[in-house]
Amino acid sequence: MSAAPDHHWEPTASIEHLRRRAAILSSIRDFFAARQVMEVDTQILSHCAVSDPFIDSIEANFNLIGSDQMQSLYLQTSPEFAMKRLLAAGAGSIYQLGKVFRNGEVSPRHNPEFTMLEWYRIGFDHWQLMNEVEALVLSVLPDLTIRRISYRDLFLNHLDIDPHQASVAQLSRLCRAHIDAPFEDDDPDTWRNLLMSHLIEPALEEGVFVYGFPASQAALARVERDETGIEVATRFELFVDGLELANGYYELTDAAEQARRLAADQQQRERLQLPQRPTEQRLVAALQQGLPECAGVALGVDRLVMLALGASDIAQVIPFAFNRA
Amino acid sequence: MATYSSNQFKNGLKVMLDGDPCSMVDVEFVKPGKGQAFTRVRLRNLISGRVWERTFKSNESIEGADVMDQDMEYLYSDGEMWHFMDPNSFEQFAADKAAIGDSAKWMKEGDKCIITLWNNNPISVTPPNFVELEVVETDPGLKGDTAQGGSKPATLSTGAVVRVPLFIERGQKLKIDTRTGEYVSRA
Repeated sequence: MSAAPDHHWEPTASIEHLRRRAAILSSIRDFFAARQVMEVDTQILSHCAVSDPFIDSIEANFNLIGSDQMQSLYLQTSPEFAMKRLLAAGAGSIYQLGKVFRNGEVSPRHNPEFTMLEWYRIGFDHWQLMNEVEALVLSVLPDLTIRRISYRDLFLNHLDIDPHQASVAQLSRLCRAHIDAPFEDDDPDTWRNLLMSHLIEPALEEGVFVYGFPASQAALARVERDETGIEVATRFELFVDGLELANGYYELTDAAEQARRLAADQQQRERLQLPQRPTEQRLVAALQQGLPECAGVALGVDRLVMLALGASDIAQVIPFAFNRA
Repeated sequence: MATYSSNQFKNGLKVMLDGDPCSMVDVEFVKPGKGQAFTRVRLRNLISGRVWERTFKSNESIEGADVMDQDMEYLYSDGEMWHFMDPNSFEQFAADKAAIGDSAKWMKEGDKCIITLWNNNPISVTPPNFVELEVVETDPGLKGDTAQGGSKPATLSTGAVVRVPLFIERGQKLKIDTRTGEYVSRA
């Protein structure tokens, strides 16, 4: 992977691409202005870090002038915690269009610093929010068709397996029938993610909303029983031509459950020997105060621009890709 | 030998897998937003030549393979082994039938080849991109057929058989592209 700095001064995106990018950013702001959704720009540098075990924050050091005490801060991987604190403080529906950082992620589809659009709609559930995501994406990609399918049906259609009912042994056996992946793993989500990323996503054409994720992949979404009685997350993802574009939730508002999930994430990090970072207990306090019923979604803007411009590498749509930044 | 973790994987890296040395042909980082990262690698088994894909978890590591490519001069074959010499050290290496594989039919004494050594043993031989070989057998040339039109088989001094234009005659030297096995021109 090309993470080493290169010495070229030129941008990685053409000026024409940047012009079209600017037009898309501007149209996104118009989209929310027309819907009376307020723009916010929460802090990117925080004393706390994301809890998701498989998302790593970039650490930054702060020194008060004249002090030799170094303080660890973290570049935010999404503005979710800060925006929810604003929601609890009565901000109403809000959006943020800005930079976030994810440690270690470099590929033609990943830049460690990228532009995220995140928004929260008071009184929406995830179904209503999917409608709005669809409207926004179609405003940028007018020729796209978008369908909706449950996580279960996606696996049944592509692989003839029920991802909720199948055991780790069944999932790993199916994986190994298609993929040379000789490692062991007792987490069913490892195998589900492998099947999803290696076999299903590459076959997804046009726009596809996937909903009804396993409860174990709920992150900060609520968990409810689906029509078959299985617990699923009120979470959706949008894929466009196999590219993961957006991830949304009917948001968890239960403070005790939120505290439990932060602790569970921390325990999983410990078990997998991943970095332990300070968790955002102020989010729990905000939920105790009361988070209004809402749905929220994060969308990768650079990837949206890639799709609009037909670019195959994220470097072609951002001024300076990681190795040139 | 060093071990490499999946974040050090890159094209051309030589590693040991299932007891065989392999070369990474393509390395792809796969990372669902919320899920764990995988590294999907296309590998070529340097013994069998088989190319396949394997997926690694982000914390996996594998042993490096002591593999290197070296320019050498082809000396001769004794029928069982093909003998090469490092022109710098004058050290000689012998490649067996498995290592030389299809390259055998392009071997002309004195030509420069690339020998891939694993633990100092030849495991594959890459002939020069172009070789000049003499025609030892072909149907008689047809007069007036110099511009275009059909082709015919010709057997070269190394035993290789290539399609050549009709005007080529026995005893002529031909330039052959070893990557495609095709006739290029008269030498």
